Amino acid sequence: MINKETALARTSKIIFLGLCLIVTIFPLYWIVVTSLKAPGTIYSLPLDYWPKELSFENYIGLFTKSDFGVYMLNSLLVATVAATVATLISLLSAYVLARFQFSGRGWVLAAFLLTQMIPGFIALGPLYMMMTNFNLVDSKTGLILVYIAICIPFCTIMLRGFFENVPDALEEAAMIDGCSRLSALFRVLVPVMMPGIAASFIFNFVNCWNELFLSVTLMNSDENKTIPTALAGFISSFNIDWGSMSAAAVLTVVPTLVIFAFASKFIVQGLTAGAVKG
Amino acid sequence: MRGSKPAGAPPAPHTNYHRKKRFNARTALTLLAFMAPAAIFVGIFTYYPMISGSQMAFRNWNLNDLSDTSWVGWGNFIALFENPEFGTIVRNTVVWVVGSLVPQVVIGFALALFLKRKFKFRGAYQAFIFFPWAVSGFLIGMLFRWMFNAEFGVVNDLLMKVGIIDTPIPWLAEPGFAMTAIIVANIWYGVTFFAIMILAALQSVSDEMYEAAAIDGAGKIRTFFSITLPAISVTLGLTILLRIIWIFNFPDIIWAMTGGGPADQTHIITTYMIKITQEGDYGQASALGLIVVFTLMLFAAFYLMAVRPRKANR
Repeated sequence: MINKETALARTSKIIFLGLCLIVTIFPLYWIVVTSLKAPGTIYSLPLDYWPKELSFENYIGLFTKSDFGVYMLNSLLVATVAATVATLISLLSAYVLARFQFSGRGWVLAAFLLTQMIPGFIALGPLYMMMTNFNLVDSKTGLILVYIAICIPFCTIMLRGFFENVPDALEEAAMIDGCSRLSALFRVLVPVMMPGIAASFIFNFVNCWNELFLSVTLMNSDENKTIPTALAGFISSFNIDWGSMSAAAVLTVVPTLVIFAFASKFIVQGLTAGAVKG
Repeated sequence: MRGSKPAGAPPAPHTNYHRKKRFNARTALTLLAFMAPAAIFVGIFTYYPMISGSQMAFRNWNLNDLSDTSWVGWGNFIALFENPEFGTIVRNTVVWVVGSLVPQVVIGFALALFLKRKFKFRGAYQAFIFFPWAVSGFLIGMLFRWMFNAEFGVVNDLLMKVGIIDTPIPWLAEPGFAMTAIIVANIWYGVTFFAIMILAALQSVSDEMYEAAAIDGAGKIRTFFSITLPAISVTLGLTILLRIIWIFNFPDIIWAMTGGGPADQTHIITTYMIKITQEGDYGQASALGLIVVFTLMLFAAFYLMAVRPRKANR
């Protein structure tokens, strides 16, 4: 680089970055601390910034007094299946949109982009009525189908960006060697694009794992609830039990946090390459 | 100097890699088959409900009483405009969008500038800063609702320890404070997004341009305004547009923190829409949805007209 940083610039940089880090991490820290306090001590002053004694009572209560284990499994199942199917379907549509010029291509892209701008809530009521007709209300299959649909547009746009970074000589060579287009896609392109595909899958997974309003609308029985629906149930009761709430929050965030930590680089690539290009 | 692309800027990606191809009928069928699943899913589960929702906007469609679903023309829209709360909701929406967006951009920009130069642990730092992204809006609302708790909230405790306030603030019980609290939560959530998008844009500006500026004797501030800002203006403009639309449509934090309360004073358009949907008045909810769609489309059109000329010769 050309100019060396001055001492002043360096100090202000460290202070700024340090502050940002503390402010970003603090809510997570606080929720972890709250979840580890014994239920009674949460509501006592002065506040303890570290629990006087660690207690896992909130976590144990979550699994013994509520069906949190079931909710977690439901979320895992729904998010995994929906993210997998959505990624596969988007792979095909993104391939077409990235590689071929056809009339109406712009319209297809616009139709996908539009779904990202329109508040989904306009469709909430009609969707509920449609799902009632299909007999898919309060059904994991129903929720999975809807999640696949909401993941596809953005996933397609994101994957299209990755396809455009891969030269098409690759699959052409494979097709000259006798591969069908589909097998060329999966045998040649998919391995090359694996980071991008993984990022898209993770992005879908986290979106489904976190999705709230559709699941609140469509799911109501305890055996089918996903985590966000259950958490929403926590606040509808008048007094919120912040101990179990915090424990539930930690259990919800940790899996996505772990995944993001590993994949953040690819996701950033995907978002900045695929999304902004539009 | 604006319209022209500065020399030395990286070439637009993917232009030289391949030309988009034309194809024969057999290939066309394959491609159609490739597109079909995506089109079917989005068609059935997104567009169909959306379109059938749009026609509900012009009907008397209340889930609690479906005996009379006759067409009422603009009735639902008029009812909305005549609702005394409508003004508050629109004002809140503007406050919510502007109040969240501006600090997000400013802090995000500063963060990106600081992160641009490599330093030890930068990778780890970025991974930590990334954390809000992994959390759902609803959960963030819950975290902040707990932190802004009037009696046992850590925010009051810290503010009192530092000596900024003497008595606890009833954050979520008073409209003004409640708006502040939800906006703080949203700023916290969005800063990282801007930091990462802007950082990516900054890294695409070539070093030669900075070197050239340095040789010409441009100072830091001058360099920022004459080189950095113009070079990333297109990305920045689009990112901001997408973000405005996104914040506009983002009810999760408010839903979790205040539920629109106290006394419906912190509703924005989308939380209000969810409220009337849950009350069963699909007609009015759809009317409100259409208003949102048209407002955003108009806004996006004007915005793009204002931003476009700068990338004239792409």
